[in-house]
Amino acid sequence: MNQPNRLAGGQIDRSKQLTFRFDGKTYAGHQGDTLASALLANNVRLMGRSFKYHRPRGAFTAGSEEPNALVELRSGARREPNTRATIAELFDGLEAQSQNRWPSLAFDAMGINDLFAPFLTAGFYYKTFMWPKAFWEKVYEPIIRRAAGLGRLSMQPDPDAYDKGFLHCDLLIVGSGPAGLAAALTAGRAGARIILADEDFALGGRLNAETFSLGDSNGPHWVAATLAELEAMPNVRIMPRTTIIGAFDHGISGAVERVSDHLLAPLPGKPRQILWRIYAKRTLLCAGATERPIAFGNNDRPGILLGGALRAYVNRWAVTPGKTAAIFTNNDDGLRTASDLMAKGIAVAAIIDTRSQGTRIEGANHMFGARIVDTKGRLGLEGIVVRKADGQTQTIPCTTLGVSGGWNPNLHLTGHQRGRPVWNDAIASFVPGDCPPGMTVAGAANGQMSTAAALNGGAQQALTLLNDLGFATSSPELPQAEDAEIRLSPLWHVPSGKARAWLDLQNDVTVKDVKQAHQENFRSVEHLKRYTTMGMATDQGKTSNISALAIMAELSGQSIPDTGTTIYRPPYTPVSIGVMAGRSTDGHFRPTRLTPSHKWAQEQGASFVETGMWLRAQWFPRPGETHWRESVDREVLATRGSVGLCDVTTLGKIDIQGSDAATFINRVYCNGFAKLAVGKARYGLMLREDGIVMDDGTTARLAETHFVMTTTTVNAVAVFRHLEFCRQCLWPDLDVQLISTTEAWAQYAVAGPNARKLLQKLVDPEFDISNDAFPFMGCGEITICGGLRARLFRISFSGELAFEIAMPTRYGDALIRKLMAAGKEFDVTPYGTEALGVMRIEKGHAAGNELNGTTTAHNLGMGRMVSQTKDSIGAVLSRREGLMREDALRLVGFRPLNNQDPLKAGAHFIAGTNPEAATHDEGYMTSVAYSPNLGHAIGLGFLKDGGNRLGETLRAVNPLGGDAVAVEVVSPHFIDPQGERLRG
Amino acid sequence: MIINHPLLGPRDAQEFTYLGDASLIDRPDWSAEDANEQYYAYAYLRDNPAGLHRELWFHEQGDRSWLVVTRNTLTHEITRVELASDVARLAGRSR
Repeated sequence: MNQPNRLAGGQIDRSKQLTFRFDGKTYAGHQGDTLASALLANNVRLMGRSFKYHRPRGAFTAGSEEPNALVELRSGARREPNTRATIAELFDGLEAQSQNRWPSLAFDAMGINDLFAPFLTAGFYYKTFMWPKAFWEKVYEPIIRRAAGLGRLSMQPDPDAYDKGFLHCDLLIVGSGPAGLAAALTAGRAGARIILADEDFALGGRLNAETFSLGDSNGPHWVAATLAELEAMPNVRIMPRTTIIGAFDHGISGAVERVSDHLLAPLPGKPRQILWRIYAKRTLLCAGATERPIAFGNNDRPGILLGGALRAYVNRWAVTPGKTAAIFTNNDDGLRTASDLMAKGIAVAAIIDTRSQGTRIEGANHMFGARIVDTKGRLGLEGIVVRKADGQTQTIPCTTLGVSGGWNPNLHLTGHQRGRPVWNDAIASFVPGDCPPGMTVAGAANGQMSTAAALNGGAQQALTLLNDLGFATSSPELPQAEDAEIRLSPLWHVPSGKARAWLDLQNDVTVKDVKQAHQENFRSVEHLKRYTTMGMATDQGKTSNISALAIMAELSGQSIPDTGTTIYRPPYTPVSIGVMAGRSTDGHFRPTRLTPSHKWAQEQGASFVETGMWLRAQWFPRPGETHWRESVDREVLATRGSVGLCDVTTLGKIDIQGSDAATFINRVYCNGFAKLAVGKARYGLMLREDGIVMDDGTTARLAETHFVMTTTTVNAVAVFRHLEFCRQCLWPDLDVQLISTTEAWAQYAVAGPNARKLLQKLVDPEFDISNDAFPFMGCGEITICGGLRARLFRISFSGELAFEIAMPTRYGDALIRKLMAAGKEFDVTPYGTEALGVMRIEKGHAAGNELNGTTTAHNLGMGRMVSQTKDSIGAVLSRREGLMREDALRLVGFRPLNNQDPLKAGAHFIAGTNPEAATHDEGYMTSVAYSPNLGHAIGLGFLKDGGNRLGETLRAVNPLGGDAVAVEVVSPHFIDPQGERLRG
Repeated sequence: MIINHPLLGPRDAQEFTYLGDASLIDRPDWSAEDANEQYYAYAYLRDNPAGLHRELWFHEQGDRSWLVVTRNTLTHEITRVELASDVARLAGRSR
């Protein structure tokens, strides 16, 4: 296929022709092209429409700073919006679509916005859409969203994998231009572990885009030779396609490596991208510089590029955006573009130089002291209007224009920890000020703009850093390189009458918008930015911020450094959400913990629920049961009627040992534990130091110096952390050791009148578990099934005669099967968390809903448990007057007056005929269930002075749902209030 | 961030859980006459310095040591890392 704008030379592999599609048309390019360079080779200048005015736009740069050429790359689930064509590496079969246009890129109906431009100026949204208020969400915003826009998301799950990784090095070198390569050579030869990262797929930075000599070689050749030496060094890791996105604390950098973005799809087993966390002892920033434009009328037409970018397209990619060029410059770098273009046979119609005189290129048409004031063309540049030094205007036909306004150091990373750059008059830009600890800067990023200065700067900085780190070093021999001054005469914009002069091309901000912000007193940089949206697009104003700042300075009569500079924040360039998430997606977002009986429960067809990170059986449906309540009711009745089994492994278990273990436990629970006998368990209530209940559980004393504490499932980690705090920070000399054994023991509740009979079939005969020998709250180490180690606790959450039996986790599956088999004669029934919940509400036991981080022991009706005679965490503050008021919330039970009425957790209690208002709120319902034993709904809740209001009728209101139920205040102990069953 | 663990050397901050002001070590005497006031201050009153701050970090994904980390809240520079149990003993805490 013909590539009409392809030139000779360049660093593309012409032997590899690649086919790609843009907006449905097929084109050809070569290995080494970017999408932008390949489109330009095919004489496609128009690549997108602007965000607000839908102005036709083309590639403006040749790098990651690109504001215009944003496309949707790939199709289907891999479609990725807002991809910069200037860095999208061409591959065979690449598909791209222009975005923000309808029906087509050449004819965009929303281009009409451009005609309304006078109304769409800075602050437009703030002023126009204020009234009526409701219109914003329903009318204005949807219309604006449709009209102003970027690309479309695929709306499908990302099919690719993303990884995260960690790297360590002595020296991280950011950027592989002359400074970075010189530094890498120096450090690599010294034997330091270095990482050399560059966002480009071809290392070498500007050396790939320039034609000048480097010693007796040229840029690309020297780069190739240097890389060959570095690649052979085992201490050097070279990372192309890797952007350092942020400089974080303690020498840590974030990096995104685009492993597979240059392929049609990732290779099998390979991720799309990797987010690296790089731990570097030192970081050397060699990120180069970004060219800035000069603003003038209609300076946004496709074909108008930054001068250095135009030169890069011509030299590196051997393409030109147009056959006839012009150059607009205020410095000698523009002249370099002109001579490189001429060397490639491109006609340069004129070099419009804002300076009154300067160096001349043989055979070139220099126009000194001139300005471009306007341009011609519709979908691409056709000509420029020049106002000459004598004031006359002249129209010069051309199809591409290189604009060179000077170069701004890429110092972004130096500002990531609030380092402020400082102004440098010589280059009329900011150079790095304070850097993050461990970071230094070399080359153009440091304001050293010549190649020779960059090479030497890189090597010198590396030497200094290596000496700091204690490496023996020697300076590498560096090639002779150009050391020209750029002789810049700052010019930021050309007054252009009515024609709009664009600054921020991506967000469509013009010089006039900056003037308006100034007029309306939005003069500080932060205000300017937010009022005009200057620099707030995905390119973060890389090509426009300094110019806008300079214009604001001009308007306010201040110097540029006095006007300010914005703070740079990570990421340096846009980062996909996918790589931030890494592998933490869907089910991998956090670990899933399975109980020892999980496989068995699956075989029973159990329905599971997440509690903490655990999957617990919620109920075990049986054939014919069509509603979960049928299963749960059956499980409750069967347990209370005979015997039920429940996996309670998920409760936290903490093994506590040491000669001071009893003292320790006595201090972390508010109730007494010092005198707990060996072979006994006790309910413990744990407070936070502010007197609020933290957790509860049972703690069993297996031996004089050995306890096992249980915690609630969700608080297991927090309680363990708290106990370690108490042990290490409060009482460091207590002889006590803790270890979490939650996952070491499988534990099952065996509950119901036949619980003992069932267990007796398993427990070895030498262990007597009769009521006398093993009474309520007894515990002990036993053996079962002929000598297997187990622990038995006679504790009950259901209110029935109940035990919990524990075995090392590896026996968990066998144990549940054994219990089921042994229980067959009692019609043993496994029950899940729902039945567990029903039975604990029937018994009035508090659980997570009641221990909700706002309630005290007094609220829970356990105020008297808080010992007055010992030191325990939270005891002092729990006795505060306000918390101990008689009319404080108290835990009570509720039942509907009408047995058919359901209850709702979260309902609030309103007395009498009081209105449903917060001022009449008397408390709230925390837990509700249907009790199959009572035949109606029951609830637990907190009610003001609840203990003294038994028998009273209230309304449980649910203002969200608009319903209310009449309830009676009752005792929270719905079943067996005397506790006879569990002692049986 | 990197925390230089006194026993284990430099570790990534991700391995740790943050608690807060190291003054939490100075738990008042429950039997003091003004215990209420002391506990009120202990539980609720914190300094919020712009600069050096001594704070408690728990090596939850590691050896379970509680550490007292001296961190500059303006720069995140960490100037000192101690075992909290050592700090507690120095402050006179024992049993």
